[in-house]
Amino acid sequence: MIDKPAISVRGLTKIFDGRKVVDNFDMDVAPGTIHGFLGPNGSGKTTTIRMMCGLLTPDAGQGQCLGHDIRRDSQKIKQNVGYMTQRFSLYEDLTVRENLDFIARMFGMPDRRTVVAQALAHPGLGERADQLAGTLSGGWKQRLALAACTIHRPRLLLLDEPTAGVDPKARRDFWDEIRQLAARGVTALVSTHYMDEAVQCDMIAYIAFGRKLISGRAQDIPAQLGLYSWRVDGTGIDALESKLRQDERLAQVVRFGDVLHVSGTDENALDAVAEQNRKSGPQRWRRQAPTLEDAFIFLMERSSDHSAPHSESSR
Amino acid sequence: MTLFSVSRFVAVLMKEFIQMRRDRVTFAMMIGVPLMQLVLFGYAINTDPRHMPTLLEMADDGPVARAVVASMKTSDYFDFIGTVTSRAEGDRALRDGTASFVLVIPPNFHHDVVRGLRPSLLISADASDPAAAGAAVAALSGIVQTAIDQTLDGPLNFTAGAPPPFSVTVHRKFNPEGETAIYVVPGLLGIILSMTMIMITAVAIVRENERGTMEALIATPARPLEVMLGKILPYVMVAYVQTLIFLVAAGLLFSIPFVGSAWAFFAAFNLFVLLNLALGFLVSTLVRSQMQAMQISFFLILPSVLLSGFMFPFAGMPGWAQVLGNAIPATHFLRITRKIMLKGAGLADIRGDIGALMIIMAVVVLVALRRYRQTLD
Repeated sequence: MIDKPAISVRGLTKIFDGRKVVDNFDMDVAPGTIHGFLGPNGSGKTTTIRMMCGLLTPDAGQGQCLGHDIRRDSQKIKQNVGYMTQRFSLYEDLTVRENLDFIARMFGMPDRRTVVAQALAHPGLGERADQLAGTLSGGWKQRLALAACTIHRPRLLLLDEPTAGVDPKARRDFWDEIRQLAARGVTALVSTHYMDEAVQCDMIAYIAFGRKLISGRAQDIPAQLGLYSWRVDGTGIDALESKLRQDERLAQVVRFGDVLHVSGTDENALDAVAEQNRKSGPQRWRRQAPTLEDAFIFLMERSSDHSAPHSESSR
Repeated sequence: MTLFSVSRFVAVLMKEFIQMRRDRVTFAMMIGVPLMQLVLFGYAINTDPRHMPTLLEMADDGPVARAVVASMKTSDYFDFIGTVTSRAEGDRALRDGTASFVLVIPPNFHHDVVRGLRPSLLISADASDPAAAGAAVAALSGIVQTAIDQTLDGPLNFTAGAPPPFSVTVHRKFNPEGETAIYVVPGLLGIILSMTMIMITAVAIVRENERGTMEALIATPARPLEVMLGKILPYVMVAYVQTLIFLVAAGLLFSIPFVGSAWAFFAAFNLFVLLNLALGFLVSTLVRSQMQAMQISFFLILPSVLLSGFMFPFAGMPGWAQVLGNAIPATHFLRITRKIMLKGAGLADIRGDIGALMIIMAVVVLVALRRYRQTLD
């Protein structure tokens, strides 16, 4: 893609009550890509997304979204952006159809009936067209929210934790749709806590305490950090875990079910630890590339919390 | 198994207190409101109003007349605020509310008293508020007797003990029978409109914030003005329907007259509805939940009922309470409805009240806009 980036922001900063919620944030999102946005709760993801689509004015920094200035042209940005909020934000006392119709009107869609009918053509949603939105299950609410935020055919989707609290099947279906939209040239910026979703993204940015810590392709991120890993399974894993946690040559020991991921930044030291424990214990050790989750846990542990944690959704 | 665990009970108790304390608006309401209202209403409400504005039409200024006026003054019930020279002038003052009483001393009054013709003093009272007029009128006979005792000494002594040398005719205007319904019903409209408009608007706006739907709304290209007008207009229509039903029912059920200018009423009504919507909007910027919006609206309603002259005579309130009452929109709308419906007032008679409503409106809109900007970011 040689197009202009869909999003390009530099030095975005937002201060709430004297606290830097977003601090000097840079990001470029290529058009037609799926960009994952990761980070712990309260790290400033929602605030960043809101600044990008012109809902909040940054205290410092500038940028453009779909070629429009995020400070001055929020009106034009809104017309071309679909923003799906973290919390269900459609009217619970309106039906599915009434909600879609309302949003289509707000975006001034010509030929509104057809547009709403197309949105309702989605399997399952059409059957619930006359059901009150408030009575839908979590998965269907999220489906409706996606239908509503894509009804005006936006070129950019900003999805703020769209799959939080949704069952695995619905999550898969949701991501199928995101990929279909991306195939049609829609750019998507998706914030998430799920690693299986993160690896489906073309690019990932990781943010903590308002600062971007790393960004890149999913498979490149562990290498960027210079992290090496061993996978350990077998009997007596609990005892081994407590023992390894004391070992200062290791960066981290993370448990996934009955498996341990043992990681470090010094490859030789790490291998020495592995060699030593492999002989003394019944467990199986296998060298493997660190997973994305290993990388992010490493990042989170390493970055210090300069400010008190703050609820992201309260803003 | 215990039937009643004290520690669990205490846990719930403590939790409730913590939550109570966290909700600052509710907490302030619980602690501050009873005290404030006790002081406010305890001192402000007075069902025996004194110092009623009175005009004097004096066609004779003989000693008897002057004695009556002096005696009225010393009674504290009547404050003479000026003189008029014609009946029409006095009537206008009663209609636009400048005066509550007009005392007419007929020509040759002194002369006729001396000649034993038993002339009559005329007092026109604005009885659209029977309670306010009632106490002063009741005090009149005593006042007149004092005047007689004081002046008719000496040469006029012969009249003492005989039937009083003159009589007082009280002309109760606008509500001659002193019917409560005629007094209460026109004022009720202002109270009903205040109550529903402020509460409904505030709740309708806060609901969008509380349920998170405001976020989706501002993510669309909608402009704030479009959203505000679109949200508020349905409630303006509600106000129209309410008022129409009210006026028809008032006429049919209570035979409340509507003698004044319909256009003046329409103009004042629209202004009042807009003002209440602006107030509702202001309330919505001060609170975070629908519950708090209800509380604040309710808190605003009480003074509208008690200090506006709706239930208790406005003239009976001390000066500071009258200042407070004048800051309440319902006070002015109440006067407007009584003037128009009962006294047959036109636009010219309600200029002052319209002006007051406009000033309140300007202040409310100004504050609301300031608050609104702050809440966007």
